[in-house]
Order: sequence, then structure tokens, then C-alpha cells
Amino acid sequence: MNKAWFAAACFTAWALCPQIAAAEELTIYTYESFTADWGPGPKVKQNFEKECSCTVKFVAIQDGVAMLNRLQLEGAATKADVVLGLDNNLVTEAKELGLFAPHGLDPAKHRAPQWRDEFFMPYDYGHFAFVYDSQVLSKPPQSLAELVNGAGDEKIIIEDPRTSTPGLGLLLWMKDVFGEGAADAWRRLKGRILTVTPGWSEAYGLFTKGEAPMVLSYTTSPAYHVIEEKTDRYKAANFSEGHYVQIEVAGVIKGSPRLDLARRFIAFMMGPGFQDVIPTTNWMWPAGEISKPLPAAFDALIQPTKTLMIDPDMVARNRKRWTEEWLNATSR
Amino acid sequence: MASGGILLFVAIPVCGLIAASEARESTISLSDPYVLQILRFTLLQAVLSAGLSIALAIPIARALARRQSFAGRDLLLRLFAVPLGLPQLVAVLGLVSVFGRQGWLNSLLGSVGLPPLPSLFGLKGILLAHVFFNMPLAVRFLLARLDAVPQEYWRLAASLGFPPPSVFRLIEWPHMRTVLPGVFALIFMLCVTSFTVVLTLGGGPQATTLEVAIYQALRFDFDPVLAARLAGLQILLCALLLIGLQGMTLGFVGGARLAASTVRPDSGDKGGKVLDILLIGCGALLVVLPLAAILWDGLDADMSRLAGNATLWRAAMWSLILGLSAAVLATLTASTLARAIARSRGTVALIFRMSGNLVLLIPPLVLAAGMFLLLHRLVDPQHLAPYAVVAINAIMALPFAMAVTEPAFRGSFLVHDRLADSLGIEGLSRFRLVEWPVIKRSLALGFLVALLVSIGDFGIIAFFGSEDLITLPLYLYQRIGSYRFNDAAAIALVLLVVCLALSWIIERQSRREARFSQ
Repeated sequence: MNKAWFAAACFTAWALCPQIAAAEELTIYTYESFTADWGPGPKVKQNFEKECSCTVKFVAIQDGVAMLNRLQLEGAATKADVVLGLDNNLVTEAKELGLFAPHGLDPAKHRAPQWRDEFFMPYDYGHFAFVYDSQVLSKPPQSLAELVNGAGDEKIIIEDPRTSTPGLGLLLWMKDVFGEGAADAWRRLKGRILTVTPGWSEAYGLFTKGEAPMVLSYTTSPAYHVIEEKTDRYKAANFSEGHYVQIEVAGVIKGSPRLDLARRFIAFMMGPGFQDVIPTTNWMWPAGEISKPLPAAFDALIQPTKTLMIDPDMVARNRKRWTEEWLNATSR
Repeated sequence: MASGGILLFVAIPVCGLIAASEARESTISLSDPYVLQILRFTLLQAVLSAGLSIALAIPIARALARRQSFAGRDLLLRLFAVPLGLPQLVAVLGLVSVFGRQGWLNSLLGSVGLPPLPSLFGLKGILLAHVFFNMPLAVRFLLARLDAVPQEYWRLAASLGFPPPSVFRLIEWPHMRTVLPGVFALIFMLCVTSFTVVLTLGGGPQATTLEVAIYQALRFDFDPVLAARLAGLQILLCALLLIGLQGMTLGFVGGARLAASTVRPDSGDKGGKVLDILLIGCGALLVVLPLAAILWDGLDADMSRLAGNATLWRAAMWSLILGLSAAVLATLTASTLARAIARSRGTVALIFRMSGNLVLLIPPLVLAAGMFLLLHRLVDPQHLAPYAVVAINAIMALPFAMAVTEPAFRGSFLVHDRLADSLGIEGLSRFRLVEWPVIKRSLALGFLVALLVSIGDFGIIAFFGSEDLITLPLYLYQRIGSYRFNDAAAIALVLLVVCLALSWIIERQSRREARFSQ
């Protein structure tokens, strides 16, 4: 009799063991600068693993667009549980894949401007802005109209909307401000454009080498230079019409076997364990709760008077046409 | 057989990619004026770049061939191989450091009161960058060819008292002519597929190549059918060019020599000496100054902190592993193909040659995406990644390896083949005894070039890279993407040193062996 109880106890213990021993592994697709040593990834992983007693596995894919491409290639066979790093302009195409499930949180409970979506929750945001070298340019333009009509010899460097998200951001910004007159505005701006680079890296590299006094970047760029390089030489120009926003979001995959864990991660993402890390590693504004105040450098950053954003569905429908309009205006 | 294998390897992923995508209505057809415009620009900048690179390379190669020994010659030649191993952005920033608005040259000109250089951006910037990348390569290839001219030619020329124009017309040109079409085609194809350089220095979207349209189609629009069509257009164009160049590769190649150095009786002429120094000097400045700028920026950075970073060493290790594997694969394939070409004639040879060269035109992104699509259900992409990177890099490096090995095999074949046949030497022994000693140096150069191309690649590793699989160019871009330009400069320096070191090791090996066999 005792032996039977003993055997039953052992058997139960053995049956339960796998549950206890094998920690669940959450696979998160994100972009490379997130998982880099100096990015938010390592700290976020550490913090979440403490909370969830699971392991986090990051799959680093080049950038937001490449992530979308990867999902398009993998389809329902994707191994991702969470996809982190798509932005407001990619969301419509991501939804069309039919891979995402609602995140289950209150869609309004965050600090990113103008965003309500039950599938994608924002974790940080930033505004595009023209960053200038204050040692070279003492009077930066105060509005987009001033930039467009400005003197031709003060050159600007911008990114290509066909190959980069900041470039697309500027395209949409001009469209939102000038509407039907966007093509004309581009024609007037063309004389000031030094070059159109494939991505942000090339543009900012040329800017820091002094090729042009202004570059299209983010309002948060100067913060990096203040904190890491101890210089306030680079500043962002505040435009009176407002600035276009880039909101970075995360979503959970419908077919994931760990959907609950994935949703827990999204909830964690909106809390201090994740958000505290964001400002000085991702150089964007946190969209959730933070437990300690932002670094002083962030207070000195410009605050746009107005946030501009075109509805993602409208962007998806018109992107090709607007890009062609841009091409026609700038290359003829 | 080898070429069949290559074609299959390339065609399957592409077809897979096309088949997998839904039949979406492509908004751009091939006759769209937009496509025609970018086609025109692609061709224009490629022809000009290739032509300019070769036009500059010929006199510099001749000058270097005449000046067989001067202090720093070896170092200079090693440096000439380095631009190939650098990611395009690094080279562009190096060029900007030297020729840009706030660059070294402008500072120099400003300090003596001269007006600054014109703006770097536009077609001239693109040409400058392409010449920076390709002229040194062309010089190396041409020099290798000139070094292989039999000593007897020079002695005879000296005893007959040839003036320099005759030396060129009767000795140098016929030999250089045998490699020129291949080199021109290679540089042309490189410039056709150039992406970062064209967009960054182009000055605006009027400077757009087909590659940009392909990139856009594949990434932002996810329209693989359009991407494949545009890639097909690219390939068709270059195929036409290659066919056109076929007529130029005739001519007696002459035996490839074993000895390492030549004595040039015509190198004594004073006037010629000055001209040579001038030519070599200009060529050296164009190549060395931007490299020096990269070195300078790198030294400025916090090297000690970076050196302690484990990721840097891991990236370097992976760069070497993947690069060496790809180079071995590329050289082997190139050799097989080159042998096959040497032994066949007419259309068969043409097909082999084309298949070896045209692979450069297939956008790596298309290959990578196609491969991924086919295999991701069977194999975990993380495990697949290193092999895919090696395979695609080998394909990309193949035309480079072929540009060197093909003439070498052809030469060896012409001289030795019948004799070996009549002596009854076959197969492996034939390779070991007859061909290997003669083509060793060419193979070494081909291997080096393939290695550098693989190390400097960014596009493919960007697709397959991950936390575990990281190479130096990927690490560099990651740093730049987070504002850390100083770190990126240091990594660029590491890359430069690695390329130089590899160049030195490989060439020292082949040079030593050649000297012993003299």
C-alpha cells in the first residue's frame, strides 16, 4: 500500500516536472538597433525574464520594413510570438497579412499622440524634424514653408521615400501641410536638396561630416549629442505647422502557442520595466509609464506645437501615387 | 556541368519567390517612362564609370609594370585591393572626408587661397566613387597580365630599340587586350548594380538605377514579380554587352610565367621615369587618401573601449569564416568554369562565360528572399543563415574570380594542353603538374578578390544576420544606426586592417613560392 502511494507520488512529480523545468521561450521579432548591446534589448530582456520566469529570444531583423517582409515571406508559419518595431506607416499592410491578434489592453492608455488601435500598441514615438548645425546656421527656418522657400545655398540632406521610413515621413509631412500644393512645394525645395540618400545612416553621416547644415532626422537626435558627446551644437528646428510623427508599435501573433505570455509582454512593455530603458537607448519618447524622470537633455528638446499624422489606411492607399508625384517634381 | 549547377541554384529561388507571391497587378510595366528613364541613367553611369576606370587604369598599370621595384610598391598594390573589401557607405564617407565640402582638399585649397572644389554630388560624385572602387581593381588585373609577359619580349624589344609607343602597340596592348573586355564587363556590371553610392552621391532621384527600383519593389511594395522583371531587364542588357565583347577576346595570350619579377630594359628613360612617377602618384593619392581618412577617423575613436567588446571579435571571426568559405567556393567554381571555357569553343564557351558573369546581376535580395522562402519550412532560418550567406556571397564573388582565372587558364591551356595530351597526363596529375604551378598566382589573386568582396558585403548579411550571426559591416551599420559614428569609424578601421592583412598573407605566400621556382 505504501509502495503504491510512493509510486503514485513519484509519477505525479515526474509528470509535473517538465512543466516546472522547461521555461517558456517567447520569440520576439524586432529590429537590429533594438537588440544591440547599447540598445534597449538587453535590459528589457533582463527585466521581463525576472517577472515572467520565461526566456526571451530576440530575432533581430534589419529594420521595420524588413520585418514586414519577413512576415510576408513566412506567413502563418512564422515562429514569432511578438512583433515589435513596426511603425504607423507599416501597420495597414501588417494587418492585411491577417497574422495579428488583438493585444487585449485599453487602446487609449498610452502617451503617443492620435493612436487608437486594438491590434498594435505603441511603445515609443518621435517627431521628424530638421536637425541643423548651430555653428554653421544661426537662423534656422521656423516653418516648413520657410524651408521650402528658403535660400538655395543653404543645403539640406534628405532621405529617399522609396527606400527609407524618414524619407517617407517627410513625403507625408509635406503632403499633410501643403495638400494639393505638395508637388509645387517639392519643386521649390528641389534647389536646396544636396542629395537624397537611401537611408538615415548615410544622411546623418554626411551631415556630421559637414556636407550640409541641415538634415532630416528626429526631434530627439540632439539629445544623443548632448548626453553622449557632451555638445549642444546640433539642434532641431521647430516648425510652426507642426511635425509629422513616427509611432513605433508592437503586436501579438494570432497563431502563437504562447498568446497569453505574448499579451503579458505587451502589458509589461507599457510599464516602467520597459519604458525606463527607452529614452537613452532608443532615443525616442516613451509611450507608456516611466518611474524616473527623463534626462535633463530631453527637457531641452523642442516640443512640436502640433502633431501631424495621416491615417495609416490612407497612407497605404496613396503611397505609390504620392511617391510618383514626388519623383516627378524632384527629378525632372 | 558547373554552369548548369549555378544556373539552377540561382533560378530555383527566383522562381520560388515569384510563384509564392500573389499575382498582384504590377503598377509599373517595363515600358513605363519611369523605367526607361532609370534604365538610361543606369547605363550612362555604368558605361562612363567603367570607361573612366579603365582609361585611368591602363597608364597606371603600365607605369607600375615598368617600375618593378620602388619603396612601398608592395604596400601600394596591397592597398589597391582594399577598396573592394569596404562597405560602400564607409568608402563614401572616406571620399567625403577628402573631397567633400569640409574635406582635406578643400581645407588645403582654402589655406593657399584657392577656390574650393565643386560639389561632390551628382554624376561626378558617382563617377569618383566608382573610379575609387574599380580603378585599383583594374590596375591589379592589368598588372597581373603585364607581369605574365615573357621576359624574352622585353629583351627583344630592348635589342630592337623599340620606342615607348611601339612597346605599347606591339607588346603591352595585345596582352592587356585579352583581359580588358572581362574587366570592363565586370566593372560595368558592378556599376549597374551599385546602390548606396548612386543614391548617396547622386544628388537626387534623377540619379536612380534599376537596382533602386528592384529594392523598392521587393522591400516596400513586396512585388517580387516586378523585381524579377527588372532584374531580368538588367541581365538582358549585360548579356548583350557580354556578347558584344566576345569579339574582342581573341588574340594570342602567351604562356604564363613562373618567375615573379621582370627586368624591364625600357625603364631607364628619364622622361618616362618622371611620367611614371606622376601617374603612380596620382593613382596612389586617389586610392590612398580616402583610406587614410578612414584610418584617421578610426584612430580618433575610442578604440580601447571597442577592443574590449566581445561582439567586435565575434563579428571579425564571422567575417573571416564566411568570407573564406565563400572565397574558396567561388574560386573552385571559377576554376572549373574557366577550365571548361578554355577547352570549349564558340557558343558553348560563351554560355559558360555568361553564366559565370551574369550572376552578379541578380540582386542578392532576390536570391536571399527566394532561398528563404524555399527553405524556411524545412530548416530553422537561424541554422540556414550561414550557409545561405556563404552560397550567395560565393555567387556574387564568382565573376571577380573568373576575371582573373579565365585568362590564366586560357593561357595555360593554349601552351600546355596539347603537350600534356600527347604525353598522356590526365586528370588530377595534369592539374597538379601542369596547370597548378602556372596559374597559382592568378588563382591567389582571384581568391583574394573573392575574399575581399565577401568581407565587404552588407546587403546579404543584412537579410540573414541576427544576434548570433554578425559580421563587421553589419556591426558597423548597427553602430551608425544608433548615432555612434565614432564607433563605426573604428570598426571601419578594423575592416581596413583585416583586408590589408589578408592581402599581405595571401600574396606573400604566392610570391614566395614563385621566387623559389625561378
